[in-house]
Amino acid sequence: MTTELVVVTLIKTVIVIFGLLTGFAYLTLFERKVQARLQQRPGPNRVGPFGLLQPAADGLKLFFKSSSAPSGRDRFLYLLAPTISVIAALASFAIIPVSGPGDVNLFGHRIGWYIMNVNIGVLWYLAVTSVGVFGIFLAGYSSNSKYSMLGALRSSAQMISYEMALGLSLVPVFILAGSLRLVDIVNAQRTWWFIIPLLPAFFLYLIAGIAETNRAPFDLPEAETELVAGYHTEYSGMRFALFFMAEYINMIIVSSIATIVFLGGWWGPFGILPGPWWFLLKVVVLLYVYVWLRATLPRMRYDRLMALGWKSLLPLSLAMMMVTAVVVVAAQGSA
Amino acid sequence: MALREVLMGPLYIVRALYTTFKHNTQPIVTIEYPEMQKAVPPRARGKHILHRYADGLEKCVGCELCAIACPVGCIVVEAAENTPEHRVSPGERYAKRYEINLLRCIYCGMCEEACPYDAITMGPRYDLADDHPDKFIAEKEDMLEPLGASIGDTAVPSAAPSAQPVARKW
Repeated sequence: MTTELVVVTLIKTVIVIFGLLTGFAYLTLFERKVQARLQQRPGPNRVGPFGLLQPAADGLKLFFKSSSAPSGRDRFLYLLAPTISVIAALASFAIIPVSGPGDVNLFGHRIGWYIMNVNIGVLWYLAVTSVGVFGIFLAGYSSNSKYSMLGALRSSAQMISYEMALGLSLVPVFILAGSLRLVDIVNAQRTWWFIIPLLPAFFLYLIAGIAETNRAPFDLPEAETELVAGYHTEYSGMRFALFFMAEYINMIIVSSIATIVFLGGWWGPFGILPGPWWFLLKVVVLLYVYVWLRATLPRMRYDRLMALGWKSLLPLSLAMMMVTAVVVVAAQGSA
Repeated sequence: MALREVLMGPLYIVRALYTTFKHNTQPIVTIEYPEMQKAVPPRARGKHILHRYADGLEKCVGCELCAIACPVGCIVVEAAENTPEHRVSPGERYAKRYEINLLRCIYCGMCEEACPYDAITMGPRYDLADDHPDKFIAEKEDMLEPLGASIGDTAVPSAAPSAQPVARKW
């Protein structure tokens, strides 16, 4: 029984990693295409039909690039930092159930649509993405460059600040669903997606999620115009690609969590499509919003970013949490 | 005021998102260069064209006025006599050899002005990059209008609407 569990988990892990890396590669193309369309350009269209082989070409290029490194770096941490980022990004996907409601029977084994179905659920996601901050901070700290350092400082401060709002904006969902398990949360949304009663929380989560992944308009850690590239200024070739990968996988994960927690996961109206397709569709729509926002909004000033996080999002999430709690308790009392 | 800004803020963001989203409905403006080219202005001065009369005879009579007018001396003309058996141009003589060094040429158009027969004009082609200096010596055949494709006395076929696939004739 235990060997079976190990084998099945390993296979699922390989599938998820492969899927996420492919997803990352095509997300870069997706972003470039969508953004190009919004700016009335065709976007990449030379490599393969509609530029569909562009990610492969980019990957090959990054792979064969020479990796230059600054001389005064801290060798161990310099190599460790991108690894931490990628591992943290990949590991958070372990809890995400891409379909349901039950397990599938495959060759007489019951196999779930997730790598693990832990009772701490969302807490795992919050905890593991917090580890990602170390990757970014150590990258800035170890590369012996002022731009990297400034980018890393900004990034850490931003990610730590917005983590609060991110976590708190999810609490109303736990109150409604009565569980932290993602499978239970999705099953609780069978009739009503949580976005309907909890619309403000959804927006709070979305804003905090964008800030958490350091994407425009909160991309101060990168801030090409002032900081060159922020924490990964001194990284090149495949090591840079790892940071790039971490950022895009984090986008996928934030969208997946939003899909599961607010948009009803694999449940779709009328049951037209099988579960995984609903899940994928919702994630892609959210990723489109990500790119769309990047194509629209200018970067925020740093003090405004902090003010938004601490003075607006945090109190609003707390208020949302309290209102939900009161309403739920009142409803239970009257029932 | 502050409250108003707070209340209006999301509205502004939605409006901004709408503005960018509208561009989805607008045409793509990129001209994909090697396959598509922008039409050049009617009097643009690109690579030279040697013209023919409608009956196929060359306009150039080998007078070398273009070579004399050329401020950088990039034109070489060598004339030869027309004979009844071998008639190339209507005049007495024709250009046996007509070469322009396109690297030395400054595309000033003075050859065009000097020519008494409108035999040479500046064409529309400007994408003249190549990989060896020798390839920039344009010979007579490189510049001569193809037979039966006369485009008249004035310069260039630039009436094509912009961003059309460009046929490479010259």
